[in-house]
Formats: sequence, C-alpha cells, structure tokens
Amino acid sequence: MRLDPHHGVVGTAAPRIDGLAQATGSLRYVDDLAFPGMLWGKILRSTQAHARVVSVDTRAAEAMPGVRAVLTGEDLPVAFGLLPVSQDEHALAIDKVRHVGEPVAAVAADDPDIAQRAVDAIEVVYEPLPAVTTMEEAAAMADEPIHGEGPRVNRHREVSLEFGDVDAGFDAAYHVREDVLFYQGNNHAALETHGAVGLLTDEGRLHVYSSTQVPHYLHRILAKVLEMPEGAIRVTACPTGGGFGGKTDVFSHELVAAKFALVTGRPTKIVLTREEVFYAHRGRHPVLMWIKTGFTEDGRITAMWLKTYVDGGAYGSYGAASLLYTGQLLPVTYDIPAYRFQGVRFFTNKPACGPKRGHGTPQGRFGLEVHLDKAAEDLALDPVAIRRRNLIEPHSLTVNHLRVTSCGLAECLDRVVDASGFRDRYGEMPPGRGLGLAVGAYLSGAGLPIYFNDMPQSEVMLKVDRGGGVTVYSMAADCGQGSTTMLATVVGEALGLDPTELTVVTADTDLTPIDLGSYSSRVTFMAGNAALEAALRLGDLILTAVADEWEVDPDRVELGRGVVVAGDRQMTWREAVQIAEARWGLLVATGSYKPPKDIKGDYRGAGVGPSPAYSYSACVAEVAVDADTGVVSVEKVWLAHDIGRSINPLLVQGQIEGSVHMALGEVLMEEQAFRGALHDGPSLLDYKIPTVLEMCDVESIIVESVDPEGPFGAKEVGQGPLLPVIPAVVNAVYDAVGVRIDEVPVRPDKVIAALRDRTRGGTGRYGPTSLPDYEFRPPLPVDPPGR
Amino acid sequence: MEPVTLQINGATHRLFVAPHRTLLETLREDLGLTGTKHGCELGECGACTVLVDGTPTLSCLTLTVEASGSEIVTIEGIGTVAHPHPLQRAFAEFGAAQCGYCTPGMILTAKALLDHRARPGSDEIGEAIAGNMCRCTGYLPIIRAIAAVAEELP
Repeated sequence: MRLDPHHGVVGTAAPRIDGLAQATGSLRYVDDLAFPGMLWGKILRSTQAHARVVSVDTRAAEAMPGVRAVLTGEDLPVAFGLLPVSQDEHALAIDKVRHVGEPVAAVAADDPDIAQRAVDAIEVVYEPLPAVTTMEEAAAMADEPIHGEGPRVNRHREVSLEFGDVDAGFDAAYHVREDVLFYQGNNHAALETHGAVGLLTDEGRLHVYSSTQVPHYLHRILAKVLEMPEGAIRVTACPTGGGFGGKTDVFSHELVAAKFALVTGRPTKIVLTREEVFYAHRGRHPVLMWIKTGFTEDGRITAMWLKTYVDGGAYGSYGAASLLYTGQLLPVTYDIPAYRFQGVRFFTNKPACGPKRGHGTPQGRFGLEVHLDKAAEDLALDPVAIRRRNLIEPHSLTVNHLRVTSCGLAECLDRVVDASGFRDRYGEMPPGRGLGLAVGAYLSGAGLPIYFNDMPQSEVMLKVDRGGGVTVYSMAADCGQGSTTMLATVVGEALGLDPTELTVVTADTDLTPIDLGSYSSRVTFMAGNAALEAALRLGDLILTAVADEWEVDPDRVELGRGVVVAGDRQMTWREAVQIAEARWGLLVATGSYKPPKDIKGDYRGAGVGPSPAYSYSACVAEVAVDADTGVVSVEKVWLAHDIGRSINPLLVQGQIEGSVHMALGEVLMEEQAFRGALHDGPSLLDYKIPTVLEMCDVESIIVESVDPEGPFGAKEVGQGPLLPVIPAVVNAVYDAVGVRIDEVPVRPDKVIAALRDRTRGGTGRYGPTSLPDYEFRPPLPVDPPGR
Repeated sequence: MEPVTLQINGATHRLFVAPHRTLLETLREDLGLTGTKHGCELGECGACTVLVDGTPTLSCLTLTVEASGSEIVTIEGIGTVAHPHPLQRAFAEFGAAQCGYCTPGMILTAKALLDHRARPGSDEIGEAIAGNMCRCTGYLPIIRAIAAVAEELP
C-alpha cells in the first residue's frame, strides 16, 4: 500500500460531506431533538459572588402544577472536574457559591415557562462572604478563601521553571528589555448555546445527548457523578453549533439533565440561554505578563524570563494546563538558549476560565511578539530580521525539551513578508496607516491524555458491506471544523474511494471507538492517523484476497479509484470486497494512534506543551487608525500557515479565515469584563463580536512542510492561525500612529489615551504598569537538552 | 390562547398560541421546523431569521400572533438535500458553513437580497448580511457563495 497521496482525494478542495445537511437546516443539533413526554429543565443560578448557602427552599416550586422534579446540590453530591488534579466542582452548589451565575438548583417541568416560574419560586438564603474579583486581591491572604480553609492566598496553581542559566544570559547580553502587558479574557460566543437531553432507553439505560466536543470525558464524568458504571450510560455528541473550546468542559446542565431523566424516567432537555453561556464560560483567561529578554547586538536572544499572572475565575477547569500553556510554547518558534518561566493562576469570584482556541498560548504569544518588535526598534533592526535571527530549526529540541519535527516557519515568514510588500511599506505608510508582523506555533494535539493511561488517544474502525460501502467509526466530534469530512477524506485517499460515498459514524460512546475529543487541534493528526492505519490494513486484506484470486504476487496488486488493478487486469472495488469477504469473513479493520513517548522532557510541568508536531504561522496585518476617534480598522491580513499537508484546502482556508475573524474580535473589541463580580453585559447586545462589516480581506497562504508523522504529512490548522494576528495588529497600530498599546483589546479609548499621553510629552504607551504583589517560589532548574 | 392562521412554506396552519409565544418557538416547538435556530433571544445574532412576506425577520422578536396572515418562509421551504436551492448548494460548495448554525438564517437573508436585487456587489452583500452573525467562517466564503449565485441569475 502506498503512503503518499496519489488518488487525488487528499489535496482537493472539496465541500464538507455534511454541507447540504447544514445548508438545508436538516442537520440536527441538540436543541432540535424532541422525544415523547419530554420535560424542560431550567437552572437557578446564584445572585451572589461568594456566599455560604444557608438554605434552599424548594417547596413552593415542587407544589406548582406541571413541575415534575426539583434538584439541589445534595442530590448530586460527587465532586468532579475535567482534570484529575482539579476535582473542585459540583453540578449544583453545595455549601458555597463562588460566582454570580453558578448553578444552585434546577427544575424539570412540562414546559419551559412552568420550569422558569418554578425556578423563580425557589428561595435561597445566602450568607455573603467577601468577594475576590481582582488578581491583586487574590494574591493577598484571605481568611475565607474561595477554595479550602483559610487563611491562605487564593492561588490555584503555580509554575516556576528554569531551563539553562538565565542570569548568565542576561549578563552576556548587549541589550536587555522588559515589558508589562495585559490580555483581557473573552468568551467563545459560539452561535449555538450549550444544551443537553437526558433520557432512559427502552432497556433502562441512561442516554445523554449533548452539544459537547468531548463525549468521552462527558461519559467518564457522568459515570463518576451519577455513581453508575460507564456501561450503563450512552453519550451521543450532537453536531455542535460552534465550539472553539467552549464545549470541552463538562457542565452542570449535562449532569442535571441526566439526573432528571433518572429521577423522573422522562426525557429532559436543558438548553442554556445566551446569558447562561457567559456564566458557564470557560473562555480565554485574562493574563497579566512581564517579559524580559536579553539580546546580542545583532538581535540574537541570549535569555528570556517570563512571568504570567492568570485570572482563573472560581474553578480549576483546564486551568492547570492553561497556566503552563501561557509560557511553554514560546520556545517552539524561537531558539531561546536559556528560559525562566514563572506563572500563577489565581482563583477569583468570577465564572471559571478554560480553553478557547489557542488555549493559553495567545496571551504569551501576544506579549512576546509585541516585546520583540520593541526590542527590534531598540536595536535598530527590522521586525523581520530579529525574528529571522532567532527561528527554531526543523528537527530540533527546544530549551524546554519539546520535540520539533517539520517546521515551515521560515517559509511562512518569507511568504507573508513578500506578499504584503512589508519590506518596502513598513514604516513608510502615510500617517494613520501601518503594517505589523508576528509569528506563532501551535500543537497538533496534546501529547499526553487528560487522565494518565497508556492506551491510544484515538481509535478508528472500518466496516465494509457487500455492496462495497465503507463505514468509518470514530468518536471524533465535529464542532464545525470538519473532522467528519477529514475522516472520509483520509480513508477515501488510502482506498481510492470518493469521500462522499463513505458513511461516517461519529461521537457516540455505544457505537464508536475512543477518540479523546475535539480539543488541542488533535483530531486530524490523531484520528487521521488512526483512520489511515485502519484503511491501510483494510486495503491489505482486500489486495491479498484479490492476489490469491488472480494467483499473482500481492505486491503487484494495487488500488485505483474505485478499482483493484494488477498490470492489465482490473476489477471493481465492489467485486474485490466480495472476494475478500469470502476469503476472510467479516471485513473490518482497526487503527489506533498513540503519540511517541520521547516528545517530552522529564520534569514537573513537562506534560503540557509536548505534541507530535507543531503547526507554524506568520501574519502581516495592515491597519488604519483614526487619530480623532481612536478606532482601529484592520484592512487586510496576510496569513501563511504551515499545515504540513493540506488534506482539504477548502476547509484549511476556512480555518485560516475563521481564525482571523476570531482574532480580530479579541484584538479589537471582545471582553469578558466585570464590574466587581457582575458581568459587564452577558448578552450578544453588549458583548460585541465582529460582524461582516468589521471583517477584513484575508490572503491565505498554505505552506506544506509534510510532517514525517502526520497522516499524509498533515498537521493542525484550527487554532494556530489565530495566534500571530493579534500581536500583528497591535504592532501595526504602532506603525500607524506611533503609540504602544500593551493591552488587548485595543479599544478606541485606549488609543486616544495613548495619543494624548504622547501629545503631552509622555511615551505614548497605554498598558499595565504594576504586577500583583506575589512572590514566586524559586525556579526548578532543568538542564536544557544535550547540555 | 389566541387563534392564528399561519402560511408557512406554502401550507396553511391553524393553531392556538399563547399571546407571548414567539414565532421562533412556534416554528421550532409547535411545528417541528427546527431548521430555524435559537442563538441569543435578543435579536442580535440573526440565527432565527425567517422571511415574513419576503422580508428577513427575526423570529425570536416576532410574536406568533403578529405573523398571523403573513406568508412565512423558513429554510425548509426553499430546498432539501435532494433538491437544494442554488444558495444552499453554493453554501456547501464554497465552505460557507462550518458549524452550520448561522447558515439557515444567513441563506434566507441572502435569498431576500437576491429576490430584490439582481446583481448585488460585495459591499451590498455585506450590508445585507450585517445582521447575521457567523462565528466560524469570517464571512468571506459566505460572500463568495452569495456572489456566485448572483452571477448565475438570469
């Protein structure tokens, strides 16, 4: 079997296999499901930021006609959390609430209006406690900490690592520069709000449908919280109406809908309102950062020290990983000889943050890329030169022991610089117009599973029917990124079949083998490799059977498009599978993927950052800044992305353009902001995302470095292209009007403040000036590889 | 409960609805027309867009009783997987849908534009869909898909 794409399937810009189902409205999302006797669930949410729950009186709610069940915290007493190290949540609050909007009680009723009235009739007595809403407050001793017993600091996790001798690197530097920057939190704002339906099957098993990106993790946590064996539960992930990481945690409403089904015996649906989505959150962490770098005279980095202060909100969620991601991926783009990384994630009385597209890395990437532009100016270098001088080499190890394989970063950089005319136009544009440059890198899947185990991270099964039809079974959940189409394309390429003729069964714990979920850009690499392995095994079964039939050497038999051939002999795929089934019996094949073990270092914290391959991106942004209003308009973005191999260029371009859109929202307008502990505006009226009028022209450049381990050489594209856009825009604002906005989003009022500061003789900088009063523990020394 | 008569996708429906019931709720929950989506319940996202007498209308902000007597078109009314409307085919071909959740509302808004304006420029297409949010695509393939259909119009 040949491993290179030669059937013209991979590399062809083809529509999604579910495209017409989407466009005709026939694709069923979770809220589109209805079952006989279905109840509607509604959740009562906390009005308090931090309070003891003294009592919850549900009698009036229970007495209302049409109310079928009411749940409170004691009905679901088992703590859970997505990461094994963060088992700090309950489906409904027990003893304490920790943020406004936290679920406290729930009602299932015959219709949503009754459920809402009953929720409103529940009486909760709170004993308010002092609320912690800023990282400065969280860094102070608290008698009543958000978690655990006081007095203690509201710290969730801390990291303190040193790779190589950083102080010596600073001592040897020609120039050392420090910057303080802030990246505000924001929400995924997927168009579909979260929802779940719980029901009992005819046999009495529990079946939960959910708009989740991670059916396997939901399955595990349902079993834990409901204290049921996993085999008694079936989870089906519906197609999600957008995820972006917002549906990778397990949420109260999923557990509550399941519990209602068990308690009432009736199907129960809970769909969140948009306001509730902002309370469920798990979005981008606000990160305050301090970065110090030493350079030689010609711009070579000698050492770097990064400190990140991460506002986690009230719960752990993925935060232990998010914290490490703020610093661990910076050495993937640049060869940093010595690196000290210290970070702390605080608990505050706000909705918990978690993973959003880029998971923890956009904040540090923004800080570094803006900092590098400033250093370039200090050293009288141009932004291209300072980056070129420090680029990581393909097939190398980073200072923090990450294994880099294919790397098309240099080509990405050259391509955007050439396409945008950066060398001629940077610094030479009319007043109010500017260009900015930045680069980035991202995982093609987290190297380690969320819970420790030695089993594959992705498994795929293929089954062939006598008509020649092939069905692909995988738990990969399509959250809009096109993973279902990717699976059909990989299998189609390997077997010479048209992807639209394959059947793909996904995301169902009863029917499909394990895939850990649609997060960390892992599905193309991991499920794609598992699918490829299964397809190669299936192809071997068929070719061997046909070779026997024809009495020829198996090496002479090949798959063509829909046919099997050997020299001038040929038969159809359908004939071949019938011969193979007669020869072997049931035609099934399986494939599994597990990342190599040697991709990580051996130190505490080394588990976050390793990936079997990294994607690379470079971006040039062109902006216009109105000096009277402070409004920044992004006019064009050039984005080159090293995807290894483009399985489907139409979908790849879609991920690049979509990443640019989401990045524009983050850099220009989006904020999950609070007045004290109260959300600034939990609605799409107040929380602005870019409409078509704020979107810019995008020139997408696909770079193919052909990764040695990716399926057909492919890497990721879902998250990486977002990263460089944000700092590129901020750097372009400086080129346009000469002010440094060291804080995202770049709102008009910040631009105006910086311009006024400059007019008054100041530096023309807007951004944070101080850090929380927090002492990191001494860094753990880790020898860089080979030193 | 109020008696209403709705003309939806060419068929007549007579039903009783609560005065506060929205057209979105009636379409999705009473009539099973789930192609129309709920996204924000405040008229901001456009996912619930349907055509009322040919005009793109936010069904989450329209009371069912207000729509009585009007001609309503939902995504189910313009094509099927077997027989898609040219806009539905173009959205699939151009990758104008990723998660697909904004797609029905977006297509109906585009249909209203093309019904009234034979050869819209990309600026006009942008103005027309400015009330429909898409979180996945960055709108660019949506504009390409609509422009491609406009090109082919007689």
